[in-house]
Amino acid sequence: MYLLEVKNISKHFGGIKAVEDIDFKLRKGLILSVIGPNGAGKTTLFNCLTGFLRPTKGSITFMNKEISGLSPDKITRLGISRTFQNIRLFRKMKVIENVMVAQHSRTRSGFISAVTHSPVFKKEEKVIREKSFEYLELLGLGAYAEKISGSLPYGVQRRLEIARALATEASLILLDEPTAGMNPHETEEMMTIIKNLMELDKTIILIEHDMKVVMGISDYIIVIDHGVKIAEGIPYEVRNNPMVIEAYLGKETH
Amino acid sequence: MELQKKSEKYLMPAVIALWFSFLLLPFKGIIASAFLFIALAVMIPVIKNILSLFKKIQLPSINIRQYLPPDSRYYFLLLIPLSAVPFLAKDYIIDIAIISGIYIILALGLNVVIGFAGLLNLGFVAFYAIGAYSYALINTNLGLGFWSAMPISVFLTTISGFLLAVPALRLKGDYLAIVTLGFGEIVRLILNNWDSFTNGPNGISGITPPYMLDISLGSLSYYYYLVLFFVTISIFIMRRVHASKIGRAWVAIREDEIASSAMGINTTFYKLYSFAFGALWAGLAGCLFSAKMQFVSPESFTFMESVLIVCMVIIGGLGSIAGVVVGAIILVFLPEVLREVQMYRMLALGAGLVLLMIFRPQGLFGGKSVSIGS
Repeated sequence: MYLLEVKNISKHFGGIKAVEDIDFKLRKGLILSVIGPNGAGKTTLFNCLTGFLRPTKGSITFMNKEISGLSPDKITRLGISRTFQNIRLFRKMKVIENVMVAQHSRTRSGFISAVTHSPVFKKEEKVIREKSFEYLELLGLGAYAEKISGSLPYGVQRRLEIARALATEASLILLDEPTAGMNPHETEEMMTIIKNLMELDKTIILIEHDMKVVMGISDYIIVIDHGVKIAEGIPYEVRNNPMVIEAYLGKETH
Repeated sequence: MELQKKSEKYLMPAVIALWFSFLLLPFKGIIASAFLFIALAVMIPVIKNILSLFKKIQLPSINIRQYLPPDSRYYFLLLIPLSAVPFLAKDYIIDIAIISGIYIILALGLNVVIGFAGLLNLGFVAFYAIGAYSYALINTNLGLGFWSAMPISVFLTTISGFLLAVPALRLKGDYLAIVTLGFGEIVRLILNNWDSFTNGPNGISGITPPYMLDISLGSLSYYYYLVLFFVTISIFIMRRVHASKIGRAWVAIREDEIASSAMGINTTFYKLYSFAFGALWAGLAGCLFSAKMQFVSPESFTFMESVLIVCMVIIGGLGSIAGVVVGAIILVFLPEVLREVQMYRMLALGAGLVLLMIFRPQGLFGGKSVSIGS
């Protein structure tokens, strides 16, 4: 059984084929890395998977359900969550509130119970606050809970984004360059965090440029160049694939 | 290089001064123009130097929040002195207090749209007008009293907020502001020109004041309590909605719409919600306004009114409920206080706003954080 099946999806912007006929299948509990040079179409692929872009053609099946063309919030509620390449926190909200927002679709109480402070509302608020705090602790952010998220150091903001993505209680997490701009020490920490996510029964798709990270934690790798999948396989296979070396380093000319 | 800088420093003020004196020439003659030229050419460099001095001064940052009671329940104690007002104050003060109460409700409504959800609405007065006129029309044509006409007209206003939002929310930022501004003008023009229905520029008179147990609430002190009651209700509801998942969703949309949809928030729904919910309070304020004045005309709902409400929200601090309340009170009372200086009062008010925006751009109560309950 596959958790996610992507069949021949393409995304064209006018004449530009940002993503062309990409397909892959992903089993539960694995880490899939998507790599490729800048502008290869990796983030466009993510945007198609999470509903921010509607694929020009092709189908995306998640837990046996067709999701291509659904809106982002519906896809999140079905269980796919993501982080962003350029961090997108709710900068003026507290850290804990950032995570509580992610629990939005897990609560039922509406306007009336919010105004009357009904027992259901009070209980729900308490539960999501506690749960949010657990997610913060999980990423080592417990101490920052009451801080304003926009004021945090860069590396902490990245971790908060992951905490927030987890708090939607999605089973598939898409991480868009989680180690971008980090120093080697922070990168190490991030690798440990991603590995730890596997214990939470999560499945992960990762866009990453740092080859140490990619080769170190991926179960499977897809290589994209100019919107087309040029190679795939386990890390060892991809590392030695001449097509991949060419895409990254250019062709030998002599 | 040095020479160029020097010439720029003194030449530009001279050019500006020349322009202004040239503009003054046809009105005041050559001597006045010459005076203006000299005055400006000297004053501009002086003012520039003073301003650059100001930039060097570091103002101590004051966090007003730390002086406020920690538990919001203490705010209810404010009701005690507030209920004593009609016994102590002159009619004139009570009258202004009633008006500021109506504006508090209005500004709280607009704060939902601008402050919480971050959608710039420059035509908010339209909903105020719809509330006031629908109450006036229902009251005078169907003969319904306040307590039955008010819910109907609040409902109608809410629906109108929703209906405007459906097409307008395809737009963002500046474009949304322009569309809402246009909507405000359309509503005013319809009220002004649909003679057979709204009685045009003459307005609608003969609106009955609210009754309670056969007692007319039309007198100033009774009406003061009625408005105080509704202001309390609106602040109470507003605080609770703000501290719920609805408020969180609004603020999240303001902070980052894309990220909030990735968190499972249906952004379209919550933006519509904020427009309709904001309009609801404008409707209520409209009812209170027309029942107080017992007369409505399109003149009360001009674009300037929208601007005034936006100012109230910004002065207090976007998204802060206490701030918006204070902002509304200041902007209603200040013009009255400044009546002394007659023709300069609008000038003084404007200068005050400019100074506030220079020294405290986040508004009186806006801290760095827009905190949500706890």
